[in-house]
Formats: sequence, structure tokens, C-alpha cells
Amino acid sequence: MDVVLFRKNSMAFLSQRWTLMGMALIIGVVCLANLCTSVNDTDKPLPKVVDFNWHIRPILSDRCFACHGPDEGKRKANLRFDTREGAFSPVDTLNGVPRFAILPGNPEQSLLVQRICSSSQDSIMPPLDSHLSLTSYEKQLLIRWIEQGAPWKNHWAFTAPERPKVPEVAKNGWNQNPIDAFVLEKLTENDLSPSEETDKARLLRRASFALTGLPPTPAQLQQFLQHDAPDAYDKVVDDLLNTAAYGERWTMYWLDLARYADTHGYQDDLPRTMWPWRDWVINAFNKNMPYDQFVTWQLAGDLLPDKSKETLLASAFNRNHKISQEGGVIEEEYRVEYVADRTNTFGKAFLGLTLECARCHDHKYDPISTREYYSTFAFFNNLDERGFVPNLETPKPYMVISAADYDGSLPFLNKRSGLKKPQDTILQMVMQDSIGLRNTYRLVRGKYDQPGEMVTPTLPAAVLPFDTLTFQQNRLGMSQWLFSPANPLTARVWVNRLWQEVFGRGIVQTSENFGVQGALPSHPELLDWLAVEFRESGWDIKHILRLMVTSATFKQSAVANQDRLAKDPENNWLSRGPRVRMPYEFLRDNILSSSGLLVQELGGPSVKPWQPPGLWEEISTEKTANAFRGEYSYVTDTLPEKKYRRSLYTYQRRTIPPPTHLTFDAPMRDNCEVRRTRSNTPLQALVLLHDKQVLEAADALAALLLQDPQLTNPTDLLNAAFQRIMTRAPDPTEMRLLVQYFENERARPDPDTLQKPSVSTQKNTTPKDQNALMLTITVIYNMDEAIVM
Amino acid sequence: MEELKYHLNVNRRTFLHRSAIGIGGLALGALLQDSCKSAHDNSRLSMGALPHFPPKAKRIIYLFQSGAPSQLELYDWKPKLRDLNGQELPASVRNGQRLTGMTANQKSFPLVGSKVDFKQYGQSGSWFSDLLPHTAKIADDLCIIKSMHTEAINHDPAVTFFQTGNQQPGRPSIGSWLSYGLGSENSNLPAFVVLLSRGKGNIQPLASRVWGSAFLPSEHQGVQFRGGADPVLYLNNAEGLDSLSRRKMLDVLSQLNHHQLEKFGDPEISARISQYEMAHRMQTSVPDLTDLSDEPDSTFKLYGAEAMIPGTYAANCLLARRMCERGVRFVQLYNMGWDAHSDVTGMTSRLAKDVDQASAALVTDLKQRGLLEDTLVVWGGEFGRTNFSQGLMADNFGRDHHPRCFTIWMAGAGIKAGITYGETDDFGYNIVQNPVHVHDFQATLLHLFGIDHERFVFPYQGRRFRLTDVSGSVVHDILS
Repeated sequence: MDVVLFRKNSMAFLSQRWTLMGMALIIGVVCLANLCTSVNDTDKPLPKVVDFNWHIRPILSDRCFACHGPDEGKRKANLRFDTREGAFSPVDTLNGVPRFAILPGNPEQSLLVQRICSSSQDSIMPPLDSHLSLTSYEKQLLIRWIEQGAPWKNHWAFTAPERPKVPEVAKNGWNQNPIDAFVLEKLTENDLSPSEETDKARLLRRASFALTGLPPTPAQLQQFLQHDAPDAYDKVVDDLLNTAAYGERWTMYWLDLARYADTHGYQDDLPRTMWPWRDWVINAFNKNMPYDQFVTWQLAGDLLPDKSKETLLASAFNRNHKISQEGGVIEEEYRVEYVADRTNTFGKAFLGLTLECARCHDHKYDPISTREYYSTFAFFNNLDERGFVPNLETPKPYMVISAADYDGSLPFLNKRSGLKKPQDTILQMVMQDSIGLRNTYRLVRGKYDQPGEMVTPTLPAAVLPFDTLTFQQNRLGMSQWLFSPANPLTARVWVNRLWQEVFGRGIVQTSENFGVQGALPSHPELLDWLAVEFRESGWDIKHILRLMVTSATFKQSAVANQDRLAKDPENNWLSRGPRVRMPYEFLRDNILSSSGLLVQELGGPSVKPWQPPGLWEEISTEKTANAFRGEYSYVTDTLPEKKYRRSLYTYQRRTIPPPTHLTFDAPMRDNCEVRRTRSNTPLQALVLLHDKQVLEAADALAALLLQDPQLTNPTDLLNAAFQRIMTRAPDPTEMRLLVQYFENERARPDPDTLQKPSVSTQKNTTPKDQNALMLTITVIYNMDEAIVM
Repeated sequence: MEELKYHLNVNRRTFLHRSAIGIGGLALGALLQDSCKSAHDNSRLSMGALPHFPPKAKRIIYLFQSGAPSQLELYDWKPKLRDLNGQELPASVRNGQRLTGMTANQKSFPLVGSKVDFKQYGQSGSWFSDLLPHTAKIADDLCIIKSMHTEAINHDPAVTFFQTGNQQPGRPSIGSWLSYGLGSENSNLPAFVVLLSRGKGNIQPLASRVWGSAFLPSEHQGVQFRGGADPVLYLNNAEGLDSLSRRKMLDVLSQLNHHQLEKFGDPEISARISQYEMAHRMQTSVPDLTDLSDEPDSTFKLYGAEAMIPGTYAANCLLARRMCERGVRFVQLYNMGWDAHSDVTGMTSRLAKDVDQASAALVTDLKQRGLLEDTLVVWGGEFGRTNFSQGLMADNFGRDHHPRCFTIWMAGAGIKAGITYGETDDFGYNIVQNPVHVHDFQATLLHLFGIDHERFVFPYQGRRFRLTDVSGSVVHDILS
């Protein structure tokens, strides 16, 4: 039976929200749970014990905080659910009796329950005009939570991690390290078991891409397959961690995070020089610089007591934001934008928080006030910089790099780059505070020309109070705060991103947001264990990566059988190995590497591999008599040592990024990004079928193999091609299909009509073999497995 | 075999689930299919099923005039400016309006009247300058909005604002939003297409981010169609590879991928198999679309001879019509060159000559074919131009950027025909009646597609983002 909570004639009264709750007591003895159940539309069973962090806060945050959360300016009825005190204080009194939104143990008397279950359009919460609603499942969760005494917990991510006990679970010799115990515990809870270990070749390929972004070389594979010692895999992992490609791979990730590009990003989008900073990042990863030092140099390399040219160069991290050269801009408007960009990037990159939400008003969900936003902003607001940059000037402040630095203080810079004569210099933007230059104010509604009260540098207290006795009030202090053992976010956020890059998704899936609107960790204890391990290892990135890739969890086969697909469709519980589509950089590098075209050289100015002609000209402005309007044409590099470089060196023009990168979900580098989406589209198919670079590589590989005297028949040729691309031999079905196709193509009567892109490789092959093999290799490059890792 | 069937079923289910990242997630390139309407997940509950109410528009052609055309030389007739020619803009009229870096230091702001004459046309009596003889003829099909206003005063932020609802980069474009929300109306062309052309004027650059999908799944990016042999990037087979060979290649690839699917059961593999089929269909559907040989002479008479030259504005207008016929939801044209800081009369004449006939032809053509009923056409730039001369008075005076008022027109689906909406003061500087903010325009546009702009959201970084950010009201007065 449906129970009507409020009588119709009482509706008018209820049009006011929480303040006028006089009506609430008219409810008689109604079973609220029944009321809500009567509209139940879900078969999802309620948990026995409702957990505040897991079940309740996500609902309160998403549906209630907009009006009953941290934003004081928008708070209704002086009621808030984002703090314990707010949630359990009396809302008002009726006839001298205090009334509560949440009365632990008593859902009937809890105004919250009355309102969410109200049948009146005027009193229902969330209100209709919010366009938000609660499912009946969510209502029942809230009711059960209150029945169970409404236990409160602080947001998990704002409490510093402690090392949890490793679960004492094991599966006859499966566990390799503590990661596996945490994973196995969850698997068991969810009635799943681990998958068998994948075959050696696939394992090596997976580890190689995860750690270096490149496939293993045929020699590496051969050696690994022949090596039977129990520590063979651990050894190869060490080798991979010690290749220069390792640093490039992690730099590739860091460039998204740092919003690196080779142009300024607005309007004419003029070129800039930031690659020396990028080369520093590669070197730092390769040296396994401890993460705290790595970040401290980038945040405050200009402020270190023992600063050097190298630490100063590292500080260029904070100059990767866009800068305008549009003639009409109002300088202060844009300068403020740059400082905000640094602030927002700091929040997302290091804290996994959406600080930018507090730029115009208090944060709607997380405990960050606008005042705190501008107190954070204050750390970045002391540069003697301009909002507008005249054509071809390097924006101040900058450092000067000369040829002497190549052998001196900056030995990791690519020596082939640019500086020929001793007097040649590179001007590289860096950070440099000019003390006393300006005060920082809270900006009302975020507007650059509406200063409110003055603020001094501090950081969000809900994360960790910024004690000015402990921390200096500059970017160095900011970094000390970040790496204080009491900081709950820094270590978790970074190990989670490492996990994301190795396993395809983070333990916290929203690796950009650890705030209350973010996803909850699938394996909270594992995350904390890794975070503490990371910190206590001296912020050793390679150590954590080694743990991850040598875990039994990582080594599992990626095969998804019926049972696993049904119980764990998303592989949330890690019942199988990772299988995800590569980022564009990896898949192009694999194509270059497998075809023998890849030129492995570290660093230097960015390069311009082939892209369809005309793309820049279509939307750029031509040079005029009196002004350089940026690069008008994309001038393709023709030399192999440029066009066949790894893809992280591809020139990033922000207003017209390389089309293949965009098609495969690379960001435009406008803002800090820490997680790429992974789409699957027909345009991707077109790229892989027709990009001249793919065809060129297929042609080169065909020529390479046809000239190998050891490969005498189609089976041998295709086996070798397949191995180079997939790191494994084709199975009999695959071989049959490929040989058939190859033979058919070879039997074409008119092989000469196929126009191949010109390749520098010397060739001495018959056209029909060459054509047929090239086409077959193109097929292999287009197989799904060729672009997954 | 049973195993494979099972996989395929699970795959479909899982894939739908995974496509939770976008309402049109399965629409893949928004290209693939239209089942997105049925897909829903938690984050979408509050948004409800799309469209929210019966739409008036099924598709849109947006003729974006990049660089900002001068409303004072085209639509907004201000005889008083001629009377006051050379006199100073009164401070009371300027009323603290911030100026761009190009005129902020100007000591004097001499008013300049248009040298171009205006007349009234049609039953509606709408005003057009002599630079728009063809558009004037379709006066009674248009809703001319003279009271548009924006917040940005420079090109990059103003175009970004119009196309994404925010001045700073990082939000999806209107076309991406519609592709995401409504999916595709066809199964072998993209839902959101972009066409570029360059006029003989002062060209300001564009950025591909203004047709980018930002935080929406990347399949909702605008797909650029280009004049020339390769209309869609990477569409064409390698030279010499005929379609039969291509088919054979796709067949063996499909077999190999099916073999993988059987082994791994990964739903992404079956999705990829479909994508290759879709790509193959595009290889036929795109040339069929761009090949104008089936157009009669009358078409080129209507649009002008330039329509035969790929990459021109006229050719793009004709292509836009052909796309509409084939169910492309959003055709976004950009015509560049309107930025008349000097010689506003000459430059505007040249640009108007490029676009006038073809713009009018498009509306006429759509109407003749019965497509105008459910196709929305929009014509307009990113802001207006000042009523005073940039720099000193001169014969070839120019006009700077002006955000407080400018003119756009809309026509077709759900829009009142033959009206002028909004009014500016005699100085052509401020709006005196019915202002329409950029967010109002966007809210109205979504409304025509049956979408409540306040409920059309995408969760990103913990927040529900809207095209209209936190403002915008539907302009009901212009709806039919």
C-alpha cells in the first residue's frame, strides 16, 4: 500500500525549503522505509552495513552539497552536510523542541528522510529545479544508514595513509609480493579467482610497453624466451627500467600533466622553446630522481638554497601554460589567467583536487574556500611577467642557456640542438619571484579587476594545515607541505597514476579527482600500502613500478572467460591481466620500431613528422609586411633522424595539434590532463589503414624482411613480420589467414599499379613480393592486438 | 560457437555500459549508430532521456563569420552616425566599456557613419545594406537579431566563447555537445562536420579546439571536410589500391580480429571490428557526398559559379546542403577574414560579396527542398564592431572590436520568419531592447533541438558541466 506522507492541502506550506519545516511533524506513524520501497525500481540489494564513505557521502555530495555544502554563499537554510557538526546540529526548533535533519537511529524523525521521501513537489529534496533526483536505492541507503546510527567518517582521501597490514591470504604459490595479497583478498570477496599467468612473450611485451612505451627488441625476446632461470623476468624488468626509453615513456605521461607544448597557445599561437625543460624531465626519470626532489625542483627550483642552472631549468614546469600574443588583450586579465593556470595545475597534478572550482565561489563539494584558492594562487603570483607577449619575444622571466652548458651544468641536453656558435643562446622561460612586486587579493567572482581582501600564501587546511612556523610561505614551503608525511594526498595520487599507467586504470579511477566527487578506491588498503611504501622507500618511482610489474596480478593472462566477464566486466577486481588500447605515441612508436625505422635519440627540439598537407595553412594567418603571424605552414621534416623519432618529440602546436594524436584521444595541451579517454572510432581505423607513416613503415619492413636471406618462404616472412609487431608468433589460424592473403595479393596480375610511398631504405626486391608483403604487414598493423598493451 | 555468441552478447552489454563515458558513447565517431538515446547510467539520471521535449530542429548549419563582420555596414542602419560623423563618442554612451589593447590608448573616438546605403526589404521591411542584395531577397525567411552581445573583446576568447560557452579553452564545442547528446542521424557519415573557407580580408587564425570535444569522448570531435582529393583526413586508399583489394584486406582483418575476440572476449575488439566496417562505408559515402557532378546547372546558378571550386564558401554552403540531405546533424562552417580594423567599407564589401549569394542560396535551396522546416541556419560572427573609427578619421577608416551589440540572423526550424528582434541605440553602441547574450543564444539553439540546456550536463572532474555554464535563457520571442 502506498502511504501518503503529506496531505495535499499542506503543500502550500511546504514550498519553503528547510527553514519552514513546521509541517514535518504532521506525519503520523509512517514507515518511511516502506514509503520509499513502494517506489522501488531496483533489484540491487542493500548492504548489510552501510558505510558512510562508500555509500553515503557520494550521495550527499552529488545531490545535496550544491545547496548544503561548503559554499557558504549558496548555502540554504544554514544547513550543511559536508561537516559532521553541520549534519548533526538542530535545523530549527518547533515549540521549543529541536529538530534534526539527521537523527541517528531514527529515520522517521529525521527531516532529511521526510524530505527525500516527500510526495509533494514543493517539499521534495533535491528540489525539482535542481534537476537532481535520488533513486529509491539511494533513499533506502540513507534510511538504513540513519537506522544504523548514522556513523560519520572523514573523507578517506583527507586522512593521511597508514601502512595497512598485508592480508594473510595466499593461493598456492600465486602471490609474488604484497600487492597480490590485497588483490587476492578482493577477488575472494567477490567470488573470483586469479587468471593463470600469461605466456612469456605476451608478458614481456606488456612489461616493455608499460615501462618503456616500446616493444621489446627481437633479441630481447629471444633471450627471454630461452632464459629459464626463475629470476629471468625480474632481470628483464631491471633492464627495461634502466633503458633510456624508460625516461621517455614517463616523460610522455608527464607532458600531458604539465600541459607541455611547443607554441604559446592562443590566436597566432607562436612557437616557444620549452624542450630543454622536457629534456630535463627525461633525464630526471632516467636517473630515478626521488619524486619529492623531482617535484620540488619543478615547483621551486628557483628558490632552493643550493639552486643551480639545472634546478632553475626544472622550474620551467610552471611556465608551460598558454600565453597570449593577441594584439587586443588586456594584460592583467591574461596575467591572472596564467597564475590561475599554475594554481589549477598544482591542484590537479599533485593533489588530485579540483581547486579551480573555488576560483569564483567556494568549492561546491570539497572543503576549499575561495579565500584558500587565492591563498594558493598567491604562491604563483610573484613573477615579473606580462599578460601579452610581443611577437617572438621570450616571455620574462627566462634563463639563458649557451653551448657551454652542454658540457657543464646541463649535460643532458641534446648536443645536436641548435647551438652552433659559442655566442648562440637558448632563452628558456623559468620561474623567478620578484619579492614585493604585488599583493594578492581574493578576486570577487574570479574577476581580474575586482579585488576583495588581501590574502597571504597558505594552502587548503582541509588537506593539511599550512603551519607557517614549519613551512616557508613560498613555493619551497609549498613543496615541503606537499611532501610532509602528514599530507594525505601526494603519495596516493602519484602511486595511483603509476597504477593507472601500468594496469590501464587507477585504483581510484578518477585519477584527476580525489575529492568527494571523485571515484572511491577499488582497493583502498592496497592504495595506502603503496603510498606508504612509496614514501618510505624515499619516493622511489622505479621501486614502485618494479613491484607492480613483478606482481602476479600484472602477470595474469588477459583472457576474459564467461565467468569473469559476468562477475567483473570492467576488470575492477583485477581477475585478469590488463588489456588496453595504447596511447597514440606508443602505437606509432611500435610501428616505427617494428619496421626498423625508429631513430632512438634522446631530446632536442621537437620534430615534424609527416602529416596531411595544408592543415596549418587552412586556419593560420599569413605573414604580413609588418608582422610575423606565427608559423603558417607545417614544414615536414624529411631526414630520418627527425621524422622517425619517438612520438613524444612530435611538435605540439596547441591550436592545431597533430591530427593523429587527437584522433587517438591525446589532449590538446591546453590544460593539465592526467588521464586520457580511450575511444574506439572509424577515424582511428582510417588512420591505421591510410596514414602515410603506416604505409611507409609497412613498406620498409617488407623490404627489410625480403632482403633477409634466411627468410625464404611466406611462412617465414610472415612469422618474422608478425613477431616484430606483436612480440609473438602467429597461431596456426592467424598464419593460415595471413599466408592466404599474402599469396592472393602476390598473384595479382597488376602488382605494379600500387604506388608506395617512397622510403629511404635500399631495396632489392621483386615488386610483387614487396607489394604483397607490404599489404599483409599493413593488415597486421591494423589488428586489434597490434595497438593494445 | 556458443562461446562466441556469448561473448558477443556480453560484449554488447559491456560495451554499452562502458560507453557510459558519453551518452553517444556507442555512437562512435557519433558515426556509428543512433542507439545512444537508450543508453543511460547514473550520471545521466538527472539529465533524463534526450531529447527532453519534441524538437523543432533535426540539424543545423552554422555559417560562422570569423573575424567579426561589421553590423554597421551590413544590418544595423544608423543614419545618426552619418550626421555625427567625426564627432566624439559621448562618454555617457561609452559608459565605461573596456576597450581592446588596440584602441585603449586612443585619445579620440570619432564616430563614423557607414558609407554604405541601406534599404528595407520584403513584407517584413527588414533593413539590409547594399552589400547584401541576395540576403535582402530572403528577408522574409530570416529572424534578424540586432541585440546580440558578448563578454569577450578579442577574437580567440570570443570565438571560443561562442563555440564552447567559455572564453578559455577546455570546454566542448556546440557541435560536440549535440553529437554527444543526440548521436547521429545516419550510419555512414559523421554527426558533426566542419568546413573552412578564407575570404579576401584580414584573416584571424582559428584553433581546432573550437570544434574539439574537450572532456567529451573524442568521437564527438568535429570532423573536418576539406576541399580537394582527400575530403576527410586519411580517407583515401593508398594510390593504386583498388576497392576490391581494400575489401579483401578488410575481410582478412575482420577474420583475424574475430579470431582474437574468440580468444580474449574483450568487447573492445568487437567494437573495433564495427569501426573498420564503418570506415569502409565512409569511403563510399564521403565521395558520394562531395562529388557535385550530379548537381544540375541551376544549383550553380543559385549558389554562384564559385560553388564549383572546392574550398570556397559557396562550395561549402552547397556541401552543407548535401550533408543535411544525408542526415549530418551539425554542419559548422567558418568563413575567415572579417576583421576590418582598417578599410571597413572595402573589406566588408569584398567579404560580403563572397558570402551573400551562397548564404541566401542555401536558405532558398533548403526551403525548396522542404528541409528548412527542420534545419536551423545561423549566420554570424563572434562580436560586433565599434561605431567610432579605429585611429584617426580617414577615408578608409576601420572599426575595432565591439562586444556590446552586434547582429546575427537565424532561419528555419522553429524560428519566426521575417522578424527583427532587439534594437540598439541611435549610436549603434548599446542595446536598448531585448538583449541576447551568447548563453541565451546557445540555450535557444539547444531548445530548438528539444534540449533543456540546464539539464544537459556532462560530469567531469566532479562537476556537471553545461554548454551554457551557469546562465542563459531561451529567447522564446523568436520561436515560431
